Amino acid sequence: MGRYVARRLLQMIPVFIGTTLLIFLMVYALPGDPVRGLFGDKATTPSVIRALRHEYGLDKPVLVQYWDFMKGIVLHFDFGKQIASGRPVTEILGEAFPVTLRLASLAFVIEAVIGIVLGVVAGLRAGKAADTVILFFTLLLISVPVFVLGYILQTVFAINLGWLEPSVTDPTDFNQLLLPAIVLASASLAYVARLSRTSVAENLRADYMRTAIAKGLPRRRVVGVHLLRNSLIPVVTFLGTDLGALMGGAIVTEGIFNIHGVGGTIADSITRREGTTLVGLVTILVLVYLVCSLIVDLLYAVLDPRIRYA
Amino acid sequence: MRAPARVAWAAGAVAAVLPLAACGSGAGVPGGSVLSSSWGDPQNPLEPANTNEVQGGKVLDMIFRGLKRYDPRTGKAENMLAEKIETTDARTYTITVKPGWRFSNGEPVTARSFVDAWNYGASLKNHQKNAYFFGYIEGYDKVHPAEGRQTADTLSGLTVTGPRTFTVRLSQPFSSFPDTLGYVAFAPLPRMFFTDHKAWLDKPVGNGPYRIESYTKGAQMYLRKWDAYPGPDKARNDGVTLLVYTDSTTAYTDVLAGNLDLADDIPATQLKNVRKDLDGRYINSPAGILQTLAFPFWDKAWNTEGARKVRIGLSMAIDRETITRTLFRGTRTPATDWTSPVLGKAGGYQPGLCGRACTYRPAEAKRLIQEGGGLPGGQVRITYNADSGSHKEWVDAVCNSINNALGDDHACVGSPVGTFADFRNRIAQHRVTGPFRAGWQMDYPLIQNFLQPLYYTDASSNDGTWSNATFDRLVDQANATRDRATAIRLFQQAERVVRDEMAAIPLWYQNGSAGYSDRLHDVALNPFSVPVYDEIRVG
Repeated sequence: MGRYVARRLLQMIPVFIGTTLLIFLMVYALPGDPVRGLFGDKATTPSVIRALRHEYGLDKPVLVQYWDFMKGIVLHFDFGKQIASGRPVTEILGEAFPVTLRLASLAFVIEAVIGIVLGVVAGLRAGKAADTVILFFTLLLISVPVFVLGYILQTVFAINLGWLEPSVTDPTDFNQLLLPAIVLASASLAYVARLSRTSVAENLRADYMRTAIAKGLPRRRVVGVHLLRNSLIPVVTFLGTDLGALMGGAIVTEGIFNIHGVGGTIADSITRREGTTLVGLVTILVLVYLVCSLIVDLLYAVLDPRIRYA
Repeated sequence: MRAPARVAWAAGAVAAVLPLAACGSGAGVPGGSVLSSSWGDPQNPLEPANTNEVQGGKVLDMIFRGLKRYDPRTGKAENMLAEKIETTDARTYTITVKPGWRFSNGEPVTARSFVDAWNYGASLKNHQKNAYFFGYIEGYDKVHPAEGRQTADTLSGLTVTGPRTFTVRLSQPFSSFPDTLGYVAFAPLPRMFFTDHKAWLDKPVGNGPYRIESYTKGAQMYLRKWDAYPGPDKARNDGVTLLVYTDSTTAYTDVLAGNLDLADDIPATQLKNVRKDLDGRYINSPAGILQTLAFPFWDKAWNTEGARKVRIGLSMAIDRETITRTLFRGTRTPATDWTSPVLGKAGGYQPGLCGRACTYRPAEAKRLIQEGGGLPGGQVRITYNADSGSHKEWVDAVCNSINNALGDDHACVGSPVGTFADFRNRIAQHRVTGPFRAGWQMDYPLIQNFLQPLYYTDASSNDGTWSNATFDRLVDQANATRDRATAIRLFQQAERVVRDEMAAIPLWYQNGSAGYSDRLHDVALNPFSVPVYDEIRVG
């Protein structure tokens, strides 16, 4: 187990270098000049543009820029400076990530708990009314775009009913984050429910289930331990990769509820063509994905005793 | 069973990640007669000479007062810190600063506070974005050369002659120079700005009616009324909380829900409901912004006598009236000159100066374009950036209008560019082949600011590289004239040259818009479309 983890951790290094280089090159290939974009519709003197380009190292060849950037990260944990504000990227990461982590973990809990409960209920009653209702409900969640759902929930629950806050003014307040977390979780929740439904419905007919029931185990134990643990493998796979998506892909939700998180910062950096900020943000997301997939793989062994990592 | 142990191990790994989610600081909303207002994250560090957009300008307008201030209603430049500004030749100015002014940290505002600030702003090594505003001052070419290294650190045209007096020598006569001094780049700076720059950037210190109490970058800023403010325009509320919104629709929703007091950019999609939604608490007032279509004069095809007729014809083919009414719902007004109504007639705004060329005359448009040899390349492509604003909508409407007038479905098409950074880049590198979107937001309410930076040969924002000797001569003459009325007349003559050549097609004057909650009174927007915060009463 220990050796397996060590090997996986070592594998992260080339993945890390590869992804950062790819993103760096892709941003470089985008048309436009981040420095010129700073001046709005106004022009400025070419000497200021030259001086700024020099300060941010944009006048060097791209591979040299990448080398300097990686050297900064590895040696001094220095992610460079944001071109728009002149602030260190680490500062911007330090502001955006806690907010996003809070939102993503709340959404993750909602998605996992409600999704699995709905899935198990539907799976155990496959083909009956409850199953149909849940299938219809999840179909609805999948087919309604996030921004439609966001604005509808915001109007109904925050403005008409006044139960929840329409936007997030204090990102440490989980009450304010509840509505955006529900919106963010909605689509994934539907997938989790459908995945667990199929898996539960299938495993109900498995041999070990018949054995467990024949042993005379209480139904609670049969469903809670034997059925659920074995049915969760596809769900856990989905949840593991989805955590990264929840963190980086919340651009629309963040905009609707005015959350200053990672998604919006990434979108801004792309339109402003700011390579260093973007790579800094994405690097951390890559690490999150890598760690999540490692945890998922380790959880397989927990869930299914047949899986062993030597 | 062995399983629970392994479950615990995995749970531990998950638990190690979660505490991260619990850190971060909360900021409570302060009490008293404090209002909250929507804000955008400033694009630059909040240095006066480095702030060239509205959001940063909003804060600087609250914490700084310069030698002059533009009246929030009339836009007229009036003395603020300046006791007197004297000149005999429109080239050398002697400026006396009023006594008794202080920065909010107690330091007195002296002549040196200005001279040091201006030297800092002009110096190439500080690469301040507004450096070119100091370009009129003698010695600018030494501290900010177009090529190579700077050979001086300070402007030779600036001399401190006493604790409260200094002289400014310009490189050429410029009679409206005193009226430009209300621009934020000319604000005074305390010593702390130079000695402890980082601390200053974290919490800027100025001499205006508000002090910055706390600043969480990227999220919010709380400005409190400065009780010891010595100026005449003391704040009438206890403070302002600026909250960063990434989406103006959310800010608007928050005003409706009572979560926010003032949103100063009403999203286009809400314009049809705004009057009903806010029950009259909606402002739509002219701002010093003119939208135009500029032309690529570096391209020979657009720079001939025939092309001049084509440009005028295109202008006549645009139905400004219908587009502003239906698309912008009255938040923009058809342009009939190249300035802005906020200047007032005394300031040089002359409605109708454009005349026939800016009225919708489809038949004449078609005739003129035919006379001029037809559209260069057989088609006009209007280039715009697609990442912000509602540019696509109006470009399509303009093209529709042109196509209808010319009776040709392919006469005009929009040519979107993905990002603003790329749009600017293409213009700078002359890679645009047809008319392109150009917007001008005035720096100071002077007719000079609407003409010289945009149409003078090689001027800083002359993106189309238009050049005309008569225009340049008239502008030079106007700048050298000390009589204000004569100068304005000369600028208007120059503007007629722009009209006759149709150097750029004026489209519409843009308004500023804002909506506010019923807690607020006396809400107004100044000619820069920024709320006049110090006048707002709460409760």
